[in-house]
Amino acid sequence: MSHPHIMPVRTSFAIFIALLLLLVATVGAAYLPLGPLHFPVAMTIAAAKAVLIVLFFMHVIYSSRLTKIITVAGFLWLAIMLTLTLSDYWSRGWLDILGK
Amino acid sequence: METLSPHRGEAAKAHPSSDDEAILEIQFDDLAQQAEASTLGMWLFLATEVMFFGGLITAYAVYRSSSPREIALASEHLNVPLGFFNTVVLLGSSLTMALAVRASQLRAHRQLLIYLGLTMVLGTAFLGVKAVEWTADYHEKLIPGWNFQVPEENVAEVQAEHLNPGRMQMFFVLYFFMTGLHAIHLIVGIGLVGVMAYLSYRRWFSGGGATQIEVTGLYWHFIDIVWVFLYPMLYLIDVHS
Repeated sequence: MSHPHIMPVRTSFAIFIALLLLLVATVGAAYLPLGPLHFPVAMTIAAAKAVLIVLFFMHVIYSSRLTKIITVAGFLWLAIMLTLTLSDYWSRGWLDILGK
Repeated sequence: METLSPHRGEAAKAHPSSDDEAILEIQFDDLAQQAEASTLGMWLFLATEVMFFGGLITAYAVYRSSSPREIALASEHLNVPLGFFNTVVLLGSSLTMALAVRASQLRAHRQLLIYLGLTMVLGTAFLGVKAVEWTADYHEKLIPGWNFQVPEENVAEVQAEHLNPGRMQMFFVLYFFMTGLHAIHLIVGIGLVGVMAYLSYRRWFSGGGATQIEVTGLYWHFIDIVWVFLYPMLYLIDVHS
């Protein structure tokens, strides 16, 4: 039998500190005059935090390839939904279609 | 799950103090495969949860991109420091949950109970702060469909820029549904951790409950991830302007 990977306490605390630093970064970025870049910057930092939590706190980095695929797939469906929905909403009115 | 096994009783009788040893169910090749089946099942559930919140996130994306000014104005009425505090609390609860998972793997019984308890305390603290925020929102007349009024300090801007006050209200619809759904998940999570703590205390699990605590941890961390996205989406929209 194989034992589950036991994450060292030091790793847990290192990830926690990294998450707090990213939190400070996201609040700091909100006060910077970034204009339209606010949202992409905030979401990039949030995604970085999510990746740290998924990989280490949720042990995906130590998991089998099947678990990794399912993890990625979970977020992939959301990406598909966002892409298709927003490409519709954003492109409405681009073309002047007769009878619309 | 090995805990529901009909063999468990027999095994416990044969080895009265063998709770720390995992019991291999007949349908699995080995304990690693057995544990993976559980975590995989939880991940599949979490994939559906991503889509559950995904509907609200998509609605948010549509409204934020079509009415950025209204959404930004409305968001200024949220309490950024309290949101910050709550994020720290929830990240801390993820840390204690990760330590609880480790304790269960090491069969450190006392540590496990302490960390599960701390996780519940932090989760409850988060809900308490949330309740304070919601109460403040009520007194500021920001509850959509109940007592919503465009805040006085925004009335001039709304008129000057011909903004749609309905879209400001829509921000609060999204805010309450997203934070509300998140809070419901947290309440379920606290209950789940409580049940796990009680069963661990009673030494009800075989294998030290490592698989069960791990799976509970996955759910808890997922709640944390949702908040990691909600905080910048709702609280930190262009605080500068």
